[in-house]
Amino acid sequence: MVKPPERTIGPMPVSLSPAQPVIPARVVVVGHGPSAYRLVESLLARGFPGAVTVLGEEPRPAYDRVALTSYLQEKSVEDLTYPVPDGVDLRLGSRVTGIDRAARTVTTATGETVPYDVLVLATGSAPFVPPVPGRDLDGCFVYRTIEDLDAIRTAAATATAGVVVGGGLLGLEAADALRGLGLATHVVEMSPWLMPRQVDEGGGAVLRAQVERLGLTVHTGAGVKEITGPGRVTGLVKPDGETIPAQLVVFSAGIRPRDELARACGLAVGERGGVLVDEGLRTSDPAIYAIGECALVGGMVYGLVGPCFTMAETAADRILGGTAAFTGADLSTKLKLLGVDVAQFGAMSGALDVTYLDPVGGVYQKLFVSDDAATLLGGICVGDAAPYDTLRPFVGKPLPALPADLLFTGGGASLDLPDDAQVCSCNNIGVGAVRTAIGEHGLTDVAGIKSCTRAGTSCGSCVPLLKQILVKSGVEVSKALCEHFAHSRAELYQIVQVRGITTFTQLIEEHGTGRGCDICKPAVASILASLHQGHVLDGEQAALQDTNDHFLANLQKNGTYSVVPRIPGGEITPEKLIVIGEVARDFGLYTKITGGQRIDLFGARVEQLPRIWRRLVEAGFESGHAYGKALRTVKSCVGATWCRYGVQDSVGLAIELELRYRGLRSPHKLKSAVSGCARECAEARSKDFGVIATDSGWNLYVGGNGGFQPRHADLLVAGVDTETLIRTIDRFLMFYIRTADRLQRTSAWLESLDGGLDHLRRVIVDDVLGICADLDAQLARHVTGYADEWAATLADEEKLRRFVSFVNAPDVPDPSIRFATEREQIKPALETQVPA
Amino acid sequence: MSWTPVCAYTDLLPERGACALVGTHQVAVFRTFDGNLYATGNRDPYSGAYVLSRGIVGTRNGEPTVASPMHKQVFSLVTGACLDDPTTVIPTFPIRITSGTVEVSVP
Repeated sequence: MVKPPERTIGPMPVSLSPAQPVIPARVVVVGHGPSAYRLVESLLARGFPGAVTVLGEEPRPAYDRVALTSYLQEKSVEDLTYPVPDGVDLRLGSRVTGIDRAARTVTTATGETVPYDVLVLATGSAPFVPPVPGRDLDGCFVYRTIEDLDAIRTAAATATAGVVVGGGLLGLEAADALRGLGLATHVVEMSPWLMPRQVDEGGGAVLRAQVERLGLTVHTGAGVKEITGPGRVTGLVKPDGETIPAQLVVFSAGIRPRDELARACGLAVGERGGVLVDEGLRTSDPAIYAIGECALVGGMVYGLVGPCFTMAETAADRILGGTAAFTGADLSTKLKLLGVDVAQFGAMSGALDVTYLDPVGGVYQKLFVSDDAATLLGGICVGDAAPYDTLRPFVGKPLPALPADLLFTGGGASLDLPDDAQVCSCNNIGVGAVRTAIGEHGLTDVAGIKSCTRAGTSCGSCVPLLKQILVKSGVEVSKALCEHFAHSRAELYQIVQVRGITTFTQLIEEHGTGRGCDICKPAVASILASLHQGHVLDGEQAALQDTNDHFLANLQKNGTYSVVPRIPGGEITPEKLIVIGEVARDFGLYTKITGGQRIDLFGARVEQLPRIWRRLVEAGFESGHAYGKALRTVKSCVGATWCRYGVQDSVGLAIELELRYRGLRSPHKLKSAVSGCARECAEARSKDFGVIATDSGWNLYVGGNGGFQPRHADLLVAGVDTETLIRTIDRFLMFYIRTADRLQRTSAWLESLDGGLDHLRRVIVDDVLGICADLDAQLARHVTGYADEWAATLADEEKLRRFVSFVNAPDVPDPSIRFATEREQIKPALETQVPA
Repeated sequence: MSWTPVCAYTDLLPERGACALVGTHQVAVFRTFDGNLYATGNRDPYSGAYVLSRGIVGTRNGEPTVASPMHKQVFSLVTGACLDDPTTVIPTFPIRITSGTVEVSVP
């Protein structure tokens, strides 16, 4: 085995010998966009031991520009922002004004001088604004940064029509944004058709028809003569003299590399711009690299995130003494623009081509093949991008079937992919690497592939392909709940509902084997509780319940239980607070405020639970269902009643929601929150369903989660009144309860839902499945059928008899339960935890 | 062998356990769906808590089992062996029913 060369830390030597790489002590990065983010992450991931300083011009850390349009719709800056790794000196609002190559320092606009051993230019690009009269008028914008979008949003508030100059990928993104802001939207494109870099004329025609169907006006083969004013934009004049009245113009006519720093310090740059670099991303100065949109590599400037990430990885490897090379990139693209799938892969021409055209359905698919029709060269898809997923890996390889068969039979979904084909071009992951990860780690879902290989983590367009590889790998994605049922939870739910089954015994005798276990019994108990009202401890159901539901309290590590009375919305009177304090004091319980704005009382023995609850119920408390897979709390901020920023009564709504959904049994626990304004003090977007007040109503967010895998909730409906809000939540919850897997939180459920948020919206807002009346009725039954479980238990001698530590000594407390004292309260005193 | 009466057979819910205090021993007593009775120690060897009688009763490949309510390890009610980790075994005790009364024998 060859011992790897030892690496030493020190200043960059004048010449690098590959045998003895020297790691620089100080890496300085100019710019903090996606490329810089990826470079820093790669350096740290590869164990870079030195100091990393990043000088970012923008006032915020790097964010995902690909998702920029979503910022205007539902996402916040935080959603788009890339994480900043620990230990990186990130200086924001720090524009670099000069590079002193001799002294190896850079200076900033604020007068700082920062020394480097290796400098990486990641200055990105600037939008190109054609030199037309009126381009500087108020109302003219570019489409690149969060600040640009904020300005566009502000201007749109007083505009009725807008024009986007440029009908390429980014131009249509911008047009979508303007349309979303309620403007009559025009697109002006110089070429004879839209997206000339991705589609040919035939594809452009189908794309145009689809875009116009959405109400956009498309002007192709048209330039800009001038933009009229004065002061603020009043219109755009085309060379043919036609004037498009508009108050807002967005230029999206290409990008220009930001190479001015490189030029000023004498680095080689391309004739048409871009910092000239070799395949190791090194500029004409060996101590300076350039990556991303500012770099000119192999005669190309790349504007797609995938190649930029690959450049960042390559540069990181080189900085650490490696030999990685950037030798061009896959420029395949697949995206959904204005609701239309557009995809392009491989070459855009070939000796032969095969076209599938469906003008009615708005589908255009074309494959380019070699003159012997044996090799796939590339393809274009508009309206349906299925061939992109299945055929892109075959570019440059023998065609897996006749071209016509591939297009006319659903895009060849059943093809076996070659190991050396690329699946994720953003992260440069091959099919083989995914297959290996599936085998080595026993992966059974896309989430597993994402975390093991990074495939599918950037743009996500390859996720369908990942699913396909998973299935093809022979991974039996078993949906069986456990050894007793070959069905998924959702299927069992259907069976119970359709056949009207009311007991576990009937279900397992007719549809299962054996006598159940700790997996299927609580799951079935939950289904029975969701479908039929009635007490969870009635009859046979009692035996199905996990210990928490069985004792209506939460088991703690020493065998005692904790008690959580419901405090709807977190609002509580002083009298009730005093009762909780008195109960805790009288029973010697440990008390702690929970994250859900209530109070947890710990250390109760089973025989104490009824006595504790008798006191609580008498004082007007009811079960908080902290023990159940059910609604926990609806947290709230104080809202418009007290808060000087609040715009709606968040506490009132939270109480209404909590009382409506209390006791609703579901596949997993449900958490909710209501914030009274956009400051979001109730953290509603980390909840299964969260509501944020706006001036005009409520925004409903669903599928959020804190916990192990945090996820921000997605905006489902915006600006709705209370009645619509509640009806939408009703349906969301019932649809989730019907279709989710066992112990699948709404976040994972939404992630796995075919069609995602759009599909959810179609089902519960547009009612495309025609099930909404059913969902509404079922939720209404829940609301009218609700009864407090603890009050009902206290009124039932039979149920109360179970609350003993010892069946033969009901009055004897469990002697194994002992407590110590810490900070004036009890804590469990445990015996040594070794298996007997 | 001495037998200690612990409760009436009807005190036990089908497919559920209960705990009996026999001297200083905590004995988990289970009644399965077919009417059979089983007795094991109540202590969960993994957590050290005395909670096994509160676990969910079921079967694994036909063998009657209880799952610890603490961290869900599954034990055979027949042998006391942990089916997820056969090196760990909980004690089992003889159990019988006499004139409707459940009796266990704890050494």
